[in-house]
Amino acid sequence: MSNFKTRILANQEISPGYWRMRIQAPGAVADCRAGQFLMFRVQLSLLPLLRRPFGIFRTGFQPSDVDGLPPVEYLEILYKVVGQGTAMMSELHHGDRVEILGPLGRGFDGGEPGRRKILVGGGIGLVPLYMLAEQLVGGNEVRLLMGGRTRDDIIVVTEFERLGVQTYVSTEDGSLGDRGLVTAVLQQQLDTDPDADVFACGPLPMLEAVHDICRQRQVPLQVSLEALMACGVGACLGCVVKGVGHSETSPRFLCTCKEGPVFRAEQLAWDRLDRTEGTCEGCK
Amino acid sequence: MMSQQSTAKVSLAVEIAGLRMKNPVMPASGTFGYGEEFAPYLDLNRLGAIVTKGLSLRPKAGNPTPRICETVSGMLNAIGLQNVGVDAFIEHKMPFLREINTPVIANFFGNTLEEYGEVARRLNDIPELAAVELNISCPNVKQGGIVFGTDPQAAHQAVDVVRKNLDKPLIVKLTPNVTDITVIARAVADAGADAVSCINTLTGMSIDVRRRKPRIANRTGGLSGPAIRPIAVRMVHQVVQAVDIPVIGVGGISSAEDALEFLIAGAQAVQVGTANFVDPDAMQQVIDGLERFCIEERIADIRELIGSLEV
Ligand SMILES: Cc1cc2nc3c(=O)[nH]c(=O)nc-3n(C[C@H](O)[C@H](O)[C@H](O)COP(=O)(O)OP(=O)(O)OC[C@H]3O[C@@H](n4cnc5c(N)ncnc54)[C@H](O)[C@@H]3O)c2cc1C
Ligand SMILES: Cc1cc2nc3c(=O)[nH]c(=O)nc-3n(C[C@H](O)[C@H](O)[C@H](O)COP(=O)(O)O)c2cc1C
Ligand code: FES
Repeated sequence: MSNFKTRILANQEISPGYWRMRIQAPGAVADCRAGQFLMFRVQLSLLPLLRRPFGIFRTGFQPSDVDGLPPVEYLEILYKVVGQGTAMMSELHHGDRVEILGPLGRGFDGGEPGRRKILVGGGIGLVPLYMLAEQLVGGNEVRLLMGGRTRDDIIVVTEFERLGVQTYVSTEDGSLGDRGLVTAVLQQQLDTDPDADVFACGPLPMLEAVHDICRQRQVPLQVSLEALMACGVGACLGCVVKGVGHSETSPRFLCTCKEGPVFRAEQLAWDRLDRTEGTCEGCK
Repeated sequence: MMSQQSTAKVSLAVEIAGLRMKNPVMPASGTFGYGEEFAPYLDLNRLGAIVTKGLSLRPKAGNPTPRICETVSGMLNAIGLQNVGVDAFIEHKMPFLREINTPVIANFFGNTLEEYGEVARRLNDIPELAAVELNISCPNVKQGGIVFGTDPQAAHQAVDVVRKNLDKPLIVKLTPNVTDITVIARAVADAGADAVSCINTLTGMSIDVRRRKPRIANRTGGLSGPAIRPIAVRMVHQVVQAVDIPVIGVGGISSAEDALEFLIAGAQAVQVGTANFVDPDAMQQVIDGLERFCIEERIADIRELIGSLEV
């Protein structure tokens, strides 16, 4: 994979406002690492102008439509409709042409083999955790703590269960799973046994809370951040977050697209992250 | 129809201030990093030239985020000229660029005349640099923050100090945020610029109406992309008539047809900016499209098109 024109294999609404798109992608299975993302060109025209970044949810093969032809390699993205681009994406159909740049960025590192793995997902932030779970089950005990505002925000959890992941769901309104914040569940679990690696993706306030919980207990944490992106390849410098030790006189900006989107918690200047960095309206 | 036409040799080569290029297409500063970011997506050897991100004497932190926002057919940016600084550029970025068979143009800026002069001196010492491009869209911090490129006298001074420290071809990049761009173009030509590139971004603003806040932290930012192309073409047309030095057209180019507008208006070369974000091989498509256009129009040498505007 790299920069290529391809076609959509399927595009379906899986929960109100949440869509799942399957895209033909030769080479995806070998090329894509857990936590990487792609830049999706919504239309080949100039509206909207910029590509949209999306985490890679999973990759695989499906049987060809045509008898006798080899299976078709695909990747999937899950997206929430939040604005113009995602609204246009939800109008796309099987067979429509799209253009993709990816896989991009640095993904997750699996952590210490054998240690318990806790994946924390807030809403659409669940996306990059699936391939991580795929990679980790087998050698490790893997748990998914999934949080959302309401039941509609809880998506594809059963697919994690099928991998053999223990899942814990919480919603703020109590409409599914425990009532409350996913971070409360994390805290409980780490208080019982802090010997774990934590991986998190979701809105910044959630990531900040996860970071506090992990730091207090000296639990290794990796987070996947979001940022406004124009290029996705480290050229525009639009997507930066402040790295640890950043100051006006010795700037330590990290490119979310290139040095991230997954960072080890210790890389980031948590106390200096802008509210606008690392999270966006869409996932609040 | 693959007739013998398509095998006919078209020359896309151009020359600007002694700088020979395989074709007239190069990236616009700040939209192509230091080249290496795009190496996986297109063959850097096929470009007319490579223009680096703007360099300053010391590394620059840049602005707080959000730094970018999309607008209709364009984008606003206030990156704040974040860059590694001229010395780190020489140490860490030049080794990669040296290996490429394409002339490298270093874009740079300063906030005082002394800085301009000093960066020019350091760049002049890099034998592999083919030329430099001087960004004068920056405030002079020693003179009440007036933007060098908006005042003919300040622009003249900046070019003058650079010229005194530089033997390489000097391209001066003009800002469109002025009443009459030809006045500035003449001032920099008088001060010894070998060429001008126009235009830099247009100052703009976008507001998030729900939060009642500017969409970028810096409040205002530079507008780029297809939205600015007609303004850029107009300004290139004006500048071509105002000065005798070559003009490089920049602003909203994403296809060969867009590039042709500038060439026909009289630009000797073009720079592709925001389109690199939309399509990392945009410049390749522009180059291929120019060749195709020449074949279709039975033009043997692209230079025949330059300034061919009929009015
Ligand atoms: C690394 C990364 C991975 C992501 N993965 C997913 C995912 O798996 N599923 C998903 O639904 N969303 C994901 N997002 C967020 C997604 O990119 C935005 O929701 C999307 O760009 C919104 O586009 P729009 O045109 O609908 O919104 P608009 O608000 O109309 O977009 C306007 C501009 O802002 C940008 N923008 C708006 N919201 C965001 C945002 N949250 N993050 C980054 N840019 C934004 C758009 O790209 C566009 O340039 C990810 C973002 C990043 C950076
Ligand atoms: C993200 C971004 C960064 C830029 N950085 C620089 C810079 O460092 N120096 C400079 O002279 N121009 C800079 N520019 C301006 C471009 O080089 C170009 O003049 C402008 O974007 C118009 O061209 P376009 O519409 O093709 O993008 C930048 C533009 C963008 C979008
Ligand atoms: S999105 Fe352009 S540098 Fe990261």
